[in-house]
Amino acid sequence: MTTKSFGQRIKRNEDPQLLTGRAQFVDDVHIPGMLHVAFKRSDYAHARITGIDLEAAKSMPGVVAVYTAEDLGDFWQPSPLLVPPPPAEHVVFNKRTSGQLARSKVRFVGEAIVMVVAESRYLAEDAAETIIVDYEPLDAVVGLEAALTEDSALVHEDVGSNIGAHVIQRKGDYDTARAQADLVISRRLLYDRGTAAPMETRGVVAHYDHLARHLTVWDSTQAPIPIRNGLAAMFGLSERQVRVIAPFVGGGFGPKVMMFYPEETLVPWAAIKLERPVKWIEDRLENFYAMTHERGQLHDSEIALTKEGKILGVKDVFLHDTGAYIPYGLTVPINTQCTLLGPYVVPHYYTEFKALFTNKTVVTPYRGAGRQHGVFVMERLLDIAAKELGMDPLELRRINFIQPEQFPWCNEIIYQDFTKLTYDSGNYEPVLDKAMRMIGWDEWRQNEQPRLRAEGRKVGIGLVMYVEGTGIGPYEGARVQVETTGKVTIVTGIGTQGQGHYTSFAQIAADALGVPMKDIYISTGDTGQFSWGVGTFASRGAVVAGSAVYSAAQMVREKALKQAAEHLEASEADIELVDGFAQVRGAPGARVPLATLAASANPLRGAVRPGTEPGLEATAYFGPQMGTTASGAHAMIVEVDPETYQLKILKYVVVHDCGPLINPLIVDGQVHGGVAQGIGNAFYEQLIYDETGQLLNASFMDYLLPTSTDVPRMELGHEETPSPLNPLGVKGAGEAGAIPVGPLFAQALEDALIDSGLEILEIPLSPSRLWELVEGGDA
Amino acid sequence: MSHEITLTVNGHAHTRTVEARLLLSDFLRHELGLTGTHVGCEHGVCGACTILLDGVPVRSCLTFAVQANGHEIMTVEGLGHDPENLHPLQQSFWESHGLQCGFCTPGFLMTLLPFLQENPDPSEQEIREAISGNLCRCTGYQFIVDAVKLAAQKMGEPQP
Ligand code: FES
Ligand code: FES
Repeated sequence: MTTKSFGQRIKRNEDPQLLTGRAQFVDDVHIPGMLHVAFKRSDYAHARITGIDLEAAKSMPGVVAVYTAEDLGDFWQPSPLLVPPPPAEHVVFNKRTSGQLARSKVRFVGEAIVMVVAESRYLAEDAAETIIVDYEPLDAVVGLEAALTEDSALVHEDVGSNIGAHVIQRKGDYDTARAQADLVISRRLLYDRGTAAPMETRGVVAHYDHLARHLTVWDSTQAPIPIRNGLAAMFGLSERQVRVIAPFVGGGFGPKVMMFYPEETLVPWAAIKLERPVKWIEDRLENFYAMTHERGQLHDSEIALTKEGKILGVKDVFLHDTGAYIPYGLTVPINTQCTLLGPYVVPHYYTEFKALFTNKTVVTPYRGAGRQHGVFVMERLLDIAAKELGMDPLELRRINFIQPEQFPWCNEIIYQDFTKLTYDSGNYEPVLDKAMRMIGWDEWRQNEQPRLRAEGRKVGIGLVMYVEGTGIGPYEGARVQVETTGKVTIVTGIGTQGQGHYTSFAQIAADALGVPMKDIYISTGDTGQFSWGVGTFASRGAVVAGSAVYSAAQMVREKALKQAAEHLEASEADIELVDGFAQVRGAPGARVPLATLAASANPLRGAVRPGTEPGLEATAYFGPQMGTTASGAHAMIVEVDPETYQLKILKYVVVHDCGPLINPLIVDGQVHGGVAQGIGNAFYEQLIYDETGQLLNASFMDYLLPTSTDVPRMELGHEETPSPLNPLGVKGAGEAGAIPVGPLFAQALEDALIDSGLEILEIPLSPSRLWELVEGGDA
Repeated sequence: MSHEITLTVNGHAHTRTVEARLLLSDFLRHELGLTGTHVGCEHGVCGACTILLDGVPVRSCLTFAVQANGHEIMTVEGLGHDPENLHPLQQSFWESHGLQCGFCTPGFLMTLLPFLQENPDPSEQEIREAISGNLCRCTGYQFIVDAVKLAAQKMGEPQP
């Protein structure tokens, strides 16, 4: 074991199970006697419930129970607030979260009203269909500006308006900066709704063992430990009586972190009450309505510059669509505020938002989590400013970069982890230079593009920059143990949805302990194995849990060295751990297997020295003082078909700096997937609501996920600026691919359609929207 | 209304009495316990539920179990189950990092198996078209395409 596995492109430990169809997802859990759930959901976006007729449903064969909000008794309660509002300068926050089933009023299409439990899913759905709900329809709150008008209907009457939150943050004094500016650019920018659409929908299975008084819940969640803690409190059980398992999860991307979705508490409740195991698996239609969405924001933004192109300040006032409730606090709009500043020196910044209640599905973080909106605003303003100043857009970016010696760089406003937004490290010029080289910027501009344009082809190039706050606290933990077989077990609590944690965590431990990758077993996302932790979100798994694995593995290493030194009668400093053995450096005969050390650390008889801890094992926690800041550039060359306005991406480049890479293969995969989602978000995916709040395209036929023919081959480049904030120096990589794609499309498409003088101020686009903007006079 | 059906799945014959409306996907997953076939949309778009019916890729969410009566089915479980001895297609997905969450993967494998048998040396464009009916939300498809190229290479080599 001389090769270091950190930094290697190692294929993943978890794959054989997945490739052979032998990995357990929630819907694969089968327990004898299991019942199945279907929900009757609201057909209206906004209506009072005046009656519910359950007669037919209750008498259907195979139906075991039918519950409305009334039937839940004291168990009915609004869900807790997952993230409290941050301690910013000006914060108004009107907490409104939903109960498990709608009681007197429905606030979005798809809100659950009745739960049916039956012997099979087919029977449960049959019964749900017979339920008749009488509604008194109310005007729906759909548009953001309309939500603020005097005569708008109110999603929550008791709030007195549709304002869920109002936050003002500032750095310096924007008004004074603006007064000194040579150029001020003001624009209105729109970023519309999309959905994460993981290939696996949500699902919950619950089993209460009445003899053992123990509740087991399988949940496709990204955050099993908080769910366990919440369920235990809710059912009056000890945390040790509840085990939540997030088995293999078929994609999460953010919306699988909630506290709680109604179904996550109702299913265990029914399992306890009915003394039978209960399963609910979301179908795709429900997923469109009832899994949280993201992205609706309307910005009025301006940037003030000198005539040399130096940024003096930015002002951004926006409306954020939070949907019918606000259970996740303000993470998304706060991310928008913070990420907008990008890699640039912005001395003065005024940022204000109102989060608005609307009669639409709830909004919570989805990959990027508000960051892309901020990047869209800033990069668009810079592009427009460059045109006005007659400057090269990349030069304009370059002269405003924060310089490497200026880190740590504090932007003063409050970030989603409640600390002042501070960039730990970065070096932006090499990222820009590499992206320009890889896309062939100069050659394209000088030769290629003029040649193609002369042929009449509509071709354009774009390049945008971003930073991304990743790897936030509070903390994660890990336990590393050498078993008496010499094999190593690592347990953490975070849960994994395809990010390859099984492999990257094993790589970290393999290096510390000198054991082969194949001898490392990982358990993640099972609260029965590890009791502390927060979850997988905000590109934090590798950073926070990875660092905890590192620390625990180092502690085990020290124990092993100490024991081996005694055993081999050598000095600790001379011991090395290689291939599952502790050996004396330079004396290969003098060695002892880790297995033997592990066994002797766990004696079955005899006495040990006082104070001895058994086992070759350690538990460590890691809590960073603040998040790490990754950065990057995306560039692309695009061609627009002048007839159909369909696109062809001719080249796509990503240069990304997330510090040292634990496993470049996995990071590349994360970036590829992020870009694909970004492309969907920029050009294909848009949730369309009509004026009554009906979602018009709730199927994969009508909501277009990018396919293999839409996503181009991507070329990736890496820079590695280490973070000083964790022992591995790593930064998060999970979301970077998705963040800057919108403004990149806007820039490249404007360039491709340069004759039209088009200015793109909205995302997502589509061929027809692009046509409208250019030809339809609807710009 | 129930019907007795007999079908062969991965080489084993099964006889069961099923309701006419039972989906083949549910039959495979819940009656036979072959949970490797996944259900992503139940409306025929995502391809996660793809299985082979008499060697042809079929969406099991759009097929009733009774329609499979008398036919031969192959699911991902029939492809290769020994991690030490995977089918070259599975091995290539592993080596190329052609999966992340792995939920879409069985559908891709079952779509690709007959494709590669018919097109032993496909171009990138042909591969992309072949998988354009399968959605993957994690990988951006690039490493899947690479996996198919590698698989074509491996399957072209004489098997040991
Ligand atoms: S589940 Fe059959 S195509 Fe999606
Ligand atoms: S690997 Fe997750 S959907 Fe394809």
